Amino acid sequence: MRRLIVIRLAAAALLAASATAALAATADDFKAALAKAEAASKAAAALKNQWTTTADALKAAQTAAAAGKFDEAVKDAQRAEALANASIAQAKEQAATWQQAVIH
Amino acid sequence: MTAKHRTAAINGTVFFAIAVAAIGAQAARAANTVDPQADFKAFRAYFTKRFPKVPLSDFVNGPYSMDAGLRKQWIEIDAFPPYQFALDKGKQMFETPFPNGKTYADCFANKGIGIRQNYPLFDTKSGEVITLDVALNQCRQQNGQPPLDYTKDDMAALTAYMAYTSRGKPFDIKIPDDPRARAAYQKGEEYFFSRRGQLNFSCASCHVQSAGQHIRTEVLAPALGLVAALPIYRSEWGGMGTTSRRLTSCNSQVRAVPLKPEDEQYRDVEYYLSYMSNGLPISGPGARP
Repeated sequence: MRRLIVIRLAAAALLAASATAALAATADDFKAALAKAEAASKAAAALKNQWTTTADALKAAQTAAAAGKFDEAVKDAQRAEALANASIAQAKEQAATWQQAVIH
Repeated sequence: MTAKHRTAAINGTVFFAIAVAAIGAQAARAANTVDPQADFKAFRAYFTKRFPKVPLSDFVNGPYSMDAGLRKQWIEIDAFPPYQFALDKGKQMFETPFPNGKTYADCFANKGIGIRQNYPLFDTKSGEVITLDVALNQCRQQNGQPPLDYTKDDMAALTAYMAYTSRGKPFDIKIPDDPRARAAYQKGEEYFFSRRGQLNFSCASCHVQSAGQHIRTEVLAPALGLVAALPIYRSEWGGMGTTSRRLTSCNSQVRAVPLKPEDEQYRDVEYYLSYMSNGLPISGPGARP
């Protein structure tokens, strides 16, 4: 009985370890996330509406990737992409509404 | 190509041509509906009604026109102006001939003395707004000299001296009857009123809606007369700064990536703000906290 419990516990630990390994980000995941973030950042630059925080998040992503911390690097790249997309949305919204703020 | 395809192609071309014409007409209409004089009246009325106790010519003194305590400090500081070193250096630079024997004076009307109030101007040849800073670098280029950094040091010194020779002279910014000039003016207006950066601030958020209020320990200057004191010695910077330095610094503060100094958009917004200050006296170089 005790042997059976040990075997079951070992199997559960093995399953948990392999699940964690499956969730861990790889260098390829980072490259894909970085490519998306950089594309969004370029689009924001074309509108002359980049945010400093986008650049900071991109830098943080690259630093984390260089240290082999791909989970962190992917998160930072995704944050950079979200910030860049928000700045693009801001530029488009302002292009349509700025005149409402003008003094008349 | 069958008759059916030909008809479809012709219809497509006609539709495209109509669409292009419609877009062109819309752009032309937009440029034609720009009314700088009406904007000017509304802008001035807004500030004079909101701050009825501030004499019109005092708006050029920025935060000192809004806060009595700051004004007292400024008067004390101005007994030994912190921009004096820049002023002296600028005068010396202005009068020192280039290797070819010419000077800055040879590039400007009235030998460059007392002309600050006419800048920025719209150059109908290039179709662009030319600020005094750009004109100075163009002058250097014409005389075989490398351009100066647009944000501080020598450029701030030169413009400080030229502003000083214009002190008291009223801004006299002209918008020629040219759709490109009106478009530049409107782009400047758009830049001024558009929110940017992660903090979602426009220039107007601080200098229109919040003029006269505190942001931490600073008093926000009103947009009316805002450019009259430039270049400025800023205690925060520990040195002189030009209009470009002021704009890049504002951008960074709202977490927007600044444009290149003297970028077209910066020149356009300076054009817009200077036009809004027409008639107000040049007070530069200035000193700010």
